[in-house]
Amino acid sequence: MANKFNFQRARMVPVPSRAIVPDRDLEHTPALECIHLGIEFGGLKAVDDFNLTIGKTEIAGLIGPNGAGKTTVFNLLTKVYQPTHGTILINGQDTSGKSVAQVNRMGVARTFQNIRLFDSMSVLDNVKVGLHNQEPYSAFEGVIRAPRFWAREREFEERAHELLDIFDMGGLASERAGSLPYGAQRRLEIVRALATNPRLLLLDEPAAGMNPSETAELMENIVKIRDTFQIAIMLIEHDMSLVMNICEGICVLNFGRVIAKGTPEEIQSNETVIEAYLGKQKEAGTDE
Amino acid sequence: MKFLNDKVTRRDFLTYGLVVAAFIVVSLLASQGVIPRSLSGQLVPVTCYVVMAISLNLVVGVAGDLSLGHAGFMSVGAFSGVVCAMSLSAAIPDDGIRLAVSMVVGALFAAVAGFLIGIPVLRLRGDYLAIVTLAFGEIIKEVVNCLIVGTDAIGLHVIFNVAGDKTVDDLHLLEGGVAIIKGAQGASGTEKIATFAAGFVLVMIALAVVLNLVRSRAGRAIMAVRDNRIAAESVGLSITKYRLIAFVVSAALAGAAGALYGANFSQLSPAKFDFNTSILVLVFVVLGGLGNMRGSIIAAVLLTILPEALRGFSDYRMLVYAIVLILVMLFTNNPQLKLTLGKLLPKREGAVAHGE
Repeated sequence: MANKFNFQRARMVPVPSRAIVPDRDLEHTPALECIHLGIEFGGLKAVDDFNLTIGKTEIAGLIGPNGAGKTTVFNLLTKVYQPTHGTILINGQDTSGKSVAQVNRMGVARTFQNIRLFDSMSVLDNVKVGLHNQEPYSAFEGVIRAPRFWAREREFEERAHELLDIFDMGGLASERAGSLPYGAQRRLEIVRALATNPRLLLLDEPAAGMNPSETAELMENIVKIRDTFQIAIMLIEHDMSLVMNICEGICVLNFGRVIAKGTPEEIQSNETVIEAYLGKQKEAGTDE
Repeated sequence: MKFLNDKVTRRDFLTYGLVVAAFIVVSLLASQGVIPRSLSGQLVPVTCYVVMAISLNLVVGVAGDLSLGHAGFMSVGAFSGVVCAMSLSAAIPDDGIRLAVSMVVGALFAAVAGFLIGIPVLRLRGDYLAIVTLAFGEIIKEVVNCLIVGTDAIGLHVIFNVAGDKTVDDLHLLEGGVAIIKGAQGASGTEKIATFAAGFVLVMIALAVVLNLVRSRAGRAIMAVRDNRIAAESVGLSITKYRLIAFVVSAALAGAAGALYGANFSQLSPAKFDFNTSILVLVFVVLGGLGNMRGSIIAAVLLTILPEALRGFSDYRMLVYAIVLILVMLFTNNPQLKLTLGKLLPKREGAVAHGE
């Protein structure tokens, strides 16, 4: 790997992070700000000096070769790993010292590269688990079936169905999540993440394993989610057509460092990226 | 009734109905004197074991945490219930109310024990959790072994007999005082105030508590944590909180079952609630199906009644349990065996496929 993509630090292209926030979001607090974010695993800098700002309703892409640290960035943002350097601000609030669950309550929801659903539960229940913190009532109220239990459960039911309908999954509501086809599982993960009412939705390779028509549908849906919920979306994806079509800002990562940031046009015409990354894919990429 | 259209609700009501029907039939048979003496003595213990199985199924089946110390909570409930029932015998003359109060006290004590043990234990998972719960079950047994408790006009007297050199006399009870728990001998001379009807009510309460919990927001969270811990955290669930809820509720129900059990015998030894009892209850849960409350009830009833009905074989009981447990594990976890079983029993094939 190191031989294939041997970037020199001197060739990095620094781009001021605010520059790529879409104009409409400049007035608002950014959904995400990473300042000098980094993590070391026993001396290995998996992510180093990662600076990124994502506007309130921006769709941002995080790309880079395998092992570049993209998923590590997601794990830092969701506090699966505690960063060793730097700061993460979610909607202007510092997340240092917060747990995974707390960061979710602050507004970060994610999907996983290797799908992680609640397999033995129904599709509807998976979404209801996502809604968990939206309609709270105590465990005791649930056991004695207090009036609040019935009222809140009705809301759970309605909202879960509404969310499933975004992806036309209403008909699958009573299916077991683990028995769904692959594409539907990926969609369900997005629905479940959306159910937690996030401000920032992190999608880890949402189009992996999807055929071109499914990918096209997914692209529409991602834009639709942004428009309906007015949230920021950040996605890791290897499918360049998806990234270049729907992302407003793109950040390219290699060996844990940002090598380029900008709009899709800028990234496509960025020499470093073309030479070392997109260029390589085009040469080998008969599938493009 | 719209809610009965729901498949899950229908299934739950079938379980309740089954318990009610079984209670009515057995009560009728008992009043006719059809049930032999050896079995009628088992009626209350059966309800206790049913509650034990339901409560352990909440931890093992629903929360997915293998606990091997469940008898410990039964022990806490049994002895706190016995102490409560005996010290209140003057204050509450009515047997039924005293039994109810002692079951509540037993449940509370067991819940506290469950909470205190749960905090350190639930940091672990899988095999480690099983080993540590096993250890705590044994610790509870040994602690009760050391207890000497008596009551008199002043109130309760408790000695913790660690060195083994103390006896009931060291309680210095006043005239008319009663020794309730006498160390390793356990409790003796307790009143038998437990009734089958009380057992039935406890089973219904336990069933309602567990099923309602499972079908609520907290229950979904517990199952989500079992299915995928990382995903559960990522949607904002506190892992420890929901595992602890399952653990404490389960301990409380086991405590109530223990209090009922203690009130059914005039003599109760701490050694009764040992590792074997924990395993016995685990066998009920595994045989009945993880997360399947109706299965737990049926398994608990059958496996408690059968050895009594076949007294001659009771020496081999633990051996048979071990073999049955191994076979069930093999049949439920081995795809090849399951396939063979499916071929042998064509009727069950659909059921097996559906259950998966």
